[in-house]
Amino acid sequence: MALKHATPLIDELEKGPWPSFVSDVKRMAPKNPMCEDWLGVMELSYKEKEGHWKHGGIVGVLGYGGGIIGRYCDRPDLFPAIAHFHTVRINQPASKYYTTEVLRKLCDLWEPRGSGLTNMHGSTGDIVLLGTTTDNLEPLFYELTHELGMDLGGSGSNMRTPEGCLGMSRCEWACINTQDIIYDLTMEYQDALHRPMFPYKFKFKSSGCPCDCVAAIARSDCSIIGTWRDKIRIDQESVRAYAAGELTPHAGAGGTEKRKFDINAEVINLCPTKCMEWDGKNLKIWDEDCTRCMHCIRVMPRALRPGVDTGATILVGAKAPILEGAQMSSVVIPFIKMEPPYEEFKEFVEKMWDWWMENGKNRERLGETIQRLTLREFLKATDLTPDPRMVNTPRFNPYIFYDPAEVPGGWEHDAAAFRQRHQA
Amino acid sequence: MAFDPNNLMQDRITDIGPPKYDKFFPPIVKDNFGKWKYHEILEPGVLVHVSETGAELYTVRIGAARLISIDLIREVCDLADKYCGGYLRWTTRNNIEFLVSDKSKLQPLIDDLRSRGNWFPIGGTGNSITNIVHTQGWAHCHTPAIDASGVVKAVMDELFEYFGSHKLPAQVRIALACCLNMCGAVHCSDIAILGVHRKPPFIEHDRVQNVCEIPLVVAACPTAAIKPKKVGELKSIEINNNRCMFCGNCYTMCPALPLADGEGDGIALWVGGKVSNVLSTPMFSKLAVPYIPNEPPRWPATVNTIKKIVEEYAAGGRRYERVGDWINRIGWERFFEKTGLQFQHEHIDDYRLAMMTWRTTTQFKF
Ligand code: HEM
Ligand code: HEM
Ligand code: HEM
Ligand code: HEM
Ligand code: SF4
Ligand code: SF4
Ligand code: SF4
Ligand code: SF4
Repeated sequence: MALKHATPLIDELEKGPWPSFVSDVKRMAPKNPMCEDWLGVMELSYKEKEGHWKHGGIVGVLGYGGGIIGRYCDRPDLFPAIAHFHTVRINQPASKYYTTEVLRKLCDLWEPRGSGLTNMHGSTGDIVLLGTTTDNLEPLFYELTHELGMDLGGSGSNMRTPEGCLGMSRCEWACINTQDIIYDLTMEYQDALHRPMFPYKFKFKSSGCPCDCVAAIARSDCSIIGTWRDKIRIDQESVRAYAAGELTPHAGAGGTEKRKFDINAEVINLCPTKCMEWDGKNLKIWDEDCTRCMHCIRVMPRALRPGVDTGATILVGAKAPILEGAQMSSVVIPFIKMEPPYEEFKEFVEKMWDWWMENGKNRERLGETIQRLTLREFLKATDLTPDPRMVNTPRFNPYIFYDPAEVPGGWEHDAAAFRQRHQA
Repeated sequence: MAFDPNNLMQDRITDIGPPKYDKFFPPIVKDNFGKWKYHEILEPGVLVHVSETGAELYTVRIGAARLISIDLIREVCDLADKYCGGYLRWTTRNNIEFLVSDKSKLQPLIDDLRSRGNWFPIGGTGNSITNIVHTQGWAHCHTPAIDASGVVKAVMDELFEYFGSHKLPAQVRIALACCLNMCGAVHCSDIAILGVHRKPPFIEHDRVQNVCEIPLVVAACPTAAIKPKKVGELKSIEINNNRCMFCGNCYTMCPALPLADGEGDGIALWVGGKVSNVLSTPMFSKLAVPYIPNEPPRWPATVNTIKKIVEEYAAGGRRYERVGDWINRIGWERFFEKTGLQFQHEHIDDYRLAMMTWRTTTQFKF
């Protein structure tokens, strides 16, 4: 069946071995006029090299300050079916496990109420339903909550949908239960998720180990990264098997075929802290020097495992470049036990939020507030004590703001006594 | 009770949050939660996880577009019903994982996936180039300088051989963001594709006072390039074009300041970032190419430049070295030499704290 708009340019994206979103949407187009017009607007953008979406128009569901993104086409004359094309963000189940049953229900719900197009998933982690009109929002929300037991995700100046790696559900390196932490925080702070209350967005992400598979250190205002502070567990038998070439190194990530493995070249000498020794029979690790970079563990996963005294390192302040430039998160709690109900951690979170809500400027991410008001102020507000693990190096400028409380007599001089010692 | 448009409060449910994470676990994951002992990649895209209990879970990972239809989701469900007891998951990088607990179904699933044209490519594990994380582009956002899905498709087509193999020194993570807002947080990727505007916004003076909050617009500009200004009787703003770095922030605040321009906009490429703490510490991506024109529908210059970078890295990187580690070892002067990319004045930082990136030693390579 001929589609409404000819699309010679984007048709080029049907070629090649990678799955084609154009072919996918074209399949949908005969039964959904929104898809048909969406292909048309994409073709127009491909011709003009400019987008055709407008920002603005307050849309949402009653009582929620986020979760829906209003979107309008700036050529409704040409593409009437997508004149309104709002996005619905749905909070995904942590780490994105699904049954086909729930996915089919979601498809059935979305089919009559919008474009039938989705993002699996948005960069924050949400299920994104792409393209619907305002009148569909309330019924969609009703069905979502009643039939699927699901809820909207975050947008705007609120807590965004938290996300974690798959952790203990399928990864032997998880030092913390990322899924439970994420679920617990999401439930505890529902209000912050649905109703804007912050200077700007706030993101939690949690990875189970320093590999940081969800990029928590780059993408979250508060990164919760699993770690351990005792010893790497060693199975010497398996180390010898790796050294002898009996096991595939790196779990096959560098090639699944059996190959010769030089344990000195590939592990011992690459260890960034040089804290390992191999005498041909036994592996020795000076754990007090290990910085838990995961290299030896990921190369010999059947021989080495993280320790058992596990917890998390908490880092804060990561953000993309806007406005003050990109930042990664910085360590503020080198180690904290993370066991339900996570009370100690939540106390920290609430102190952090109180400070940020009081001091943050409009549209200032936490990392920027800290940069402006100093890490020292942040640490004070959250009752944390300075620790060398918080810095790469101590400062190398002499402009120290000394605290008058720590100087005898504060900032007051005894002028008379001074002048008795020194003539003017 | 059914939905009643005239009574929204009737039976209203709010703030229930997401389904609990274990609600959709396959039984084998429920039983072995926290007990996994080791994993192994059997072939690119196929993993086995072995538990302390001896249980084995097989995973088949496939690449998918991020923008997918309910038809495609239903097709994926059919496959998961047939081979996985109805259990599957998505990864952070838009891949789909079929979770197979019955080993006898593994090979039939793989064969079935391979029989379905280009819909379900298997790979994305180990030292591969896995799926590209990306943002909306022309598909749905209001500030993009480039498309997202189409660029991703063109790049993945060209790099396809690396998706289903493990022949690189380490994994290569590619990300795309269609404007400086970087919803995808691409600033720590091995290779980042970034949409850039190169013309400051133009000002529709007759609209500004009607559609914008002027103080918010002024405050939104990171370089303080915007000032309030009266134009005749109209309250408006002026922009110091010399200070503008084309972030589009002001347009987000004020729709009367459009900055998209088909001929001015394009792509910048960044290299050498990473987030993991493995071996070296996390790194930002650094500028490799300041500008490549938008070339829809298949962006040949962008695609070829990325391919060249990947090939040089594949040839010169040592085992376990990420792109950034490789560049740090050989030096930036060598990187530009090997890739044939031109080093220009845009590469030398002139924003805040620029001097942190200038060379303050006599050590470099000729
Ligand atoms: C009138 C209806 C408007 C709607 C429905 C709307 C909707 C949105 C949406 C959905 C976003 C998405 C980004 C996110 O997830 O945070 C956004 C971002 C933003 N909008 Fe609007 N907007 C509207 C008007 C305005 C106006 C008039 C302004 C400024 C005066 C404005 C300023 C912003 C800013 C600053 C952001 C970035 C916020 C962020 O990144 O979290 N918006 N808007
Ligand atoms: C000042 C900075 C930012 C602004 C003004 C901004 C604005 C927007 C807007 C307008 C959208 C709507 C796109 C659409 O039409 O669907 C959007 C989507 C989104 N943004 Fe941002 N954004 C900013 C930074 C970020 C960052 C740093 C992240 C993540 C780390 C992020 C995550 C997302 C996500 C997950 C979406 C959903 C759609 C998608 O996945 O592409 N945003 N943002
Ligand atoms: C409390 C802080 C500091 C004090 C009291 C201090 C004091 C001095 C003094 C008295 C000298 C004189 C050496 C001479 O007799 O020629 C000197 C040399 C020098 N200082 Fe500092 N300094 C401080 C911090 C720094 C810092 C933060 C830097 C650099 C980041 C620095 C860099 C240098 C250099 C490069 C020299 C050698 C200068 C030359 O030989 O021409 N100093 N400093
Ligand atoms: C407000 C801050 C400062 C003031 C008022 C100041 C003032 C002076 C004065 C008056 C001298 C000459 C002393 C003499 O030869 O009798 C001097 C010398 C020196 N100052 Fe500073 N200084 C300041 C900050 C610094 C800082 C921050 C550094 C290092 C980073 C520094 C490094 C030096 C050095 C190295 C000398 C010795 C120069 C030489 O002997 O050739 N000064 N400073
Ligand atoms: S971050 Fe660590 S625990 Fe989580 S999935 Fe990755 S390797 Fe496993
Ligand atoms: S985890 Fe890293 S630092 Fe620690 S012993 Fe292994 S290689 Fe060395
Ligand atoms: S990166 Fe920019 S253009 Fe792309 S979705 Fe985000 S805000 Fe929109
Ligand atoms: S595009 Fe960015 S830098 Fe330029 S005027 Fe607008 S806010 Fe300022």
